[in-house]
Amino acid sequence: MEIILDVTDLHIEFHDHDQPEVAVEDFDLMLGEGEIVGIVGESGSGKSMSALAIAGLLNRKSLTKSGRIMFDGTDLLTCDRKKLRSYQGDEISIIFQEPMTSLNPVKRIGWQVEESLYIHHREISKEDRRKRAVEMLGSVGLADAENVYYMYPHELSGGMRQRVMIAAAMIGNPKILIADEPTTALDVTVQAQIVELLKKINRERNTSIIFISHDLSLVSQLCQRVIVMQHGNIVESGRCSDIFSRPRHLYTKRLIAAIPRIDLGDDKDRR
Amino acid sequence: MNSYKKAIHKNFKENTFFRWGCIITVLILLLVVVGLFWMPYEPTAMNAAEKLKGISLRHPMGTDNMGRDVLSRVMYGSRITLLIAAGTVAIGTVAGTIIGALTGYFGGMLDEIIMRIIDALFAFPSILLALVIVSIFGIGWIQLLLALGIAFVPSFARIVRGEVLRCRNMDYVENARLQGVSDFRMIFVHILPNIRGVLMSSILIGFNNAVLAEAGLSYLGIGSQPPYASLGKMLSDAQQYMFGNPSYVLCPGIVIVLMVLGFSFLGEGISRWK
Repeated sequence: MEIILDVTDLHIEFHDHDQPEVAVEDFDLMLGEGEIVGIVGESGSGKSMSALAIAGLLNRKSLTKSGRIMFDGTDLLTCDRKKLRSYQGDEISIIFQEPMTSLNPVKRIGWQVEESLYIHHREISKEDRRKRAVEMLGSVGLADAENVYYMYPHELSGGMRQRVMIAAAMIGNPKILIADEPTTALDVTVQAQIVELLKKINRERNTSIIFISHDLSLVSQLCQRVIVMQHGNIVESGRCSDIFSRPRHLYTKRLIAAIPRIDLGDDKDRR
Repeated sequence: MNSYKKAIHKNFKENTFFRWGCIITVLILLLVVVGLFWMPYEPTAMNAAEKLKGISLRHPMGTDNMGRDVLSRVMYGSRITLLIAAGTVAIGTVAGTIIGALTGYFGGMLDEIIMRIIDALFAFPSILLALVIVSIFGIGWIQLLLALGIAFVPSFARIVRGEVLRCRNMDYVENARLQGVSDFRMIFVHILPNIRGVLMSSILIGFNNAVLAEAGLSYLGIGSQPPYASLGKMLSDAQQYMFGNPSYVLCPGIVIVLMVLGFSFLGEGISRWK
């Protein structure tokens, strides 16, 4: 398997207050082509921060970052904005956890799905863009894609909007898709559908996916490899099946024990 | 496009403010547009035999102290007033939007500096500011237009800046940034369409203020010069004949009131859009 993303010693520190705050420490990640890696951890464990850094979204001044994020022979942490922008949305895409607010309320769905094509591939004609957008909307499981193309976000449900977000993220055929808690705001049946959709995208297009979640059951369904984070540190990482069957770190054990299960009644390990 | 028509139709029926705003504004615009092609008399033509006549069939709004037809002068004057108000709002909106959008979006040192200048401009009443500018550049309606335009920039800049600040941290902006959208495209294609509602109502309010400011400044003798008419100028000319010939002062006054009323009803109607 070819390694397409190599993160080493990522370190992120905030300076918003008097005391510097460490958000991520010694984060390492190797992502192979077509691989799905899950990052799990509680809120504030630094999992989203790491993902934002990979997506090149951390450029605030009150923050220091060090380490290396190598993609396509470039260090995304230090390269200039123009270079970064040429990757964003084209080679590296991200979907957020809030499908309700992540779409621009005054623009049509089609326009928003096409946007990154318009920005990165000006050579594609308007008609081709439209064709690709409709095709993409169809392939993320939106029935009646022709009509959805002309709708506004408020006309769609949360699950449909998340599908639109995925369509918009996937239209440039990125090498890496970062899914930052894409299912948190959705109900359970829709969650499962979105996970299936991500699997399908991974299978059909060989896109590598970084799946960030605090929902271990979803991670276990989707990912081949898992990274467990706590307080900005990686506490454990390895093959998904290994981690779930033989967790070594106490925190991982507690996370796994916290998955609600129907078959167990009052379990001591639950805490 | 069809849904727009439907929405306008629905609001015209159910939204009282919108309906009356439309009716009054159309009346005023009719007065101006008809005046472009036809006026009962030449607005500057004097007739010594018919000074200070009241309302009659020959002169629907009477005549003034020089025997000029008040209706013709109101038609001409409201054209000038409307033109200056529109120009003022256009300058204020364009400059204010650009300044507000850039400072709101980028923030930092430049934002601080520009906003403090805007605050300083804001501290002056707009009429006083216009007076200062007119006294530097001279009297005339183009100078008045520029003066009012500059005086109107701060309020638009503040409104737009606030709205851009609000939108800048929205998820969809973050999301667009991730797709590699440039700052310029982000401001003008992604953010500005989202604040058009707020901008629209402040344009209408600004329009009212501009009409009143123009009338006020013309009343003070700045702006269009005799023999050309302007609504404010007519009011100031008419005040000494207020009791002898009330139609002379009432007619331009009522037109100013209707103009302001029409636009504020429209603004109110849009903010209560159904």
